[in-house]
Amino acid sequence: MSYLTLNHLEKSFGANHVVKDFNLDIDKGEFVSFLGPSGCGKTTVLRMVAGFEMPSSGSIVIEGQDVTGLRANARNIGMMFQAYALFPNLTVAENVAFGLRVKGVARAERDARVAEMLALIGLPDLGARYPFQLSGGQQQRVALARALAPRPRVLLLDEPLSALDAKVRVSLRNEIRAIQQDLGITTIFVTHDQEEALSISDRIVVMNGGVADQVGTPFEVYNKPSSAFVANFVGTLNLFRGVLEVPASGVVRLGEVLVKLGRAVDRPRGAAVTLALRPEAVHLGRDPAREVTLPARIDQVHFLGSVIRIRVGAAGTQVNLDTFNRPDTPPPPVGSQTEISAAAADFILLEE
Amino acid sequence: MMRFLAWTVFLLGCFYFLMPLVGMAEFSLRMRRGEYSLDAYAVVFADPRFWATFGYSLKLAGATILFGVLLVVPTAYWVRLKLPQARPFVEFVTLLPLVIPAIVIVFGYIRLYNTSSWLPMTGSALGTDILLTMGYATLALPYMYRAVDTGLRTIDVGTLTEAAQSLGAGWITILARIILPNVMVAVLSGAFLTLAIVMGEFTMAALLNRPAFGPFMQLIGANRAYEPPALAVIAFALTWGCMGLMQLATRLAKHERAKA
Repeated sequence: MSYLTLNHLEKSFGANHVVKDFNLDIDKGEFVSFLGPSGCGKTTVLRMVAGFEMPSSGSIVIEGQDVTGLRANARNIGMMFQAYALFPNLTVAENVAFGLRVKGVARAERDARVAEMLALIGLPDLGARYPFQLSGGQQQRVALARALAPRPRVLLLDEPLSALDAKVRVSLRNEIRAIQQDLGITTIFVTHDQEEALSISDRIVVMNGGVADQVGTPFEVYNKPSSAFVANFVGTLNLFRGVLEVPASGVVRLGEVLVKLGRAVDRPRGAAVTLALRPEAVHLGRDPAREVTLPARIDQVHFLGSVIRIRVGAAGTQVNLDTFNRPDTPPPPVGSQTEISAAAADFILLEE
Repeated sequence: MMRFLAWTVFLLGCFYFLMPLVGMAEFSLRMRRGEYSLDAYAVVFADPRFWATFGYSLKLAGATILFGVLLVVPTAYWVRLKLPQARPFVEFVTLLPLVIPAIVIVFGYIRLYNTSSWLPMTGSALGTDILLTMGYATLALPYMYRAVDTGLRTIDVGTLTEAAQSLGAGWITILARIILPNVMVAVLSGAFLTLAIVMGEFTMAALLNRPAFGPFMQLIGANRAYEPPALAVIAFALTWGCMGLMQLATRLAKHERAKA
């Protein structure tokens, strides 16, 4: 039985149907990310779990207890906010101790727990400071310690890294993941940044228009997107428009070239289909190990140091591909004719 | 040239505002013929009615501030948090005391709460004091509400509330431990303004026949020559003292330094 269950959650604000029949089972200790564009309903689902929004229908069950009607302050759920939300009138130590004080934890135990939490986030000496005396990254660490101090059942992270600069963002997300794994706390992380979601999640829920489009591990979501939206939203894609020639064996015509997908496609012969290919699945030049080869023209070359990003025109579309830099092989000149190749198995057939 | 002009205007302004005060203070020192003395102040301080009325008004000011804070802080907080669409209406209501004269309010009170009414508040000293406190709170409402509302604008009320809720806090804890301390400087501004209003208020106290400082000042002013300016100087000192305390409170609140 799962630790946290969201059953048929719906939420409407007036005529605006924000979350539609949202279902999810989360195991104990799992790190699940809600990924999607602005307005997709991910934050609304998180706020319903936190108790800040009441679902229009459906239920939220934690450890077998239906908490749907429970007030936010009775749910024992920790939360981190994008805007840090540290209490400006309290010191770092008092902020971390707030939840414990509310619970009525004895002074000695409280102080020990605060010290433990500050050590956990690597700021053991900053207990006497006020939030305004800390950097953004430090404030967000304190917010994490404050959320974890009362030993919540679930930790909710509402885009906690969005307000930080790039370097701090990467280091803090790794810290959050390490602490989460260390404590084994069930966590929901809301983000619109696919890299963040891919790098630290056990599972990702890709949301679009209030619906969970796909739920899966980062590997599954990236390599086997279940919809055109997921494929487009997660990672970069090259899209090819083709015509289905043989539905039974999945033969698709891309210009003059036939691509054998090797699996049945449930659409009529002659139907227009869209195939997608990740940039890393495209090889510059002919490769005997890859079944599909397309003539191409080099349009743009961006030298990024370790990686060279090349844009070519092929099969009537623009294709991006990445190659590793090799000191003995200069990048191809713009305007030159070449070929690109890809394995048929790497093509993703997008649902229309 | 511009600098010279600016200084000239500034000095003219100072002259315009300070001369009456200097004149009044100077006059209050001339009770003894031919030399400056503090005799007028000595007479005022020696008058038991001064201390009685001053103490009475101070007590009522304290009660007014307490009632005002308990009324305004939760209201302004709730309006910001849950009823932002009601803000213009609430602001309009809080401004009403500025356009409705105190005499109208107090006559309304007397009509509504006289001894033959359903709630005879004016029938006892305590009841009248409560009525007067409510009246003072009404007069101070525009200042108190604005001060607190401005204070609330400087903090993210919604997120702080949710953060506190997620940590298990109820409404009273949130108001007492998070919201109030963060708007304390604003509350103190409102409180000192309230104190200044209550200490000088005449109409309500006189018509409700309570022994407040305002009617005492009027009584002295009508019968004596040197004591009224001495009283006025004392009243000014009180107001300026309050303003100084407001500044001090801002400086002493550690977390407020970030906003400065």
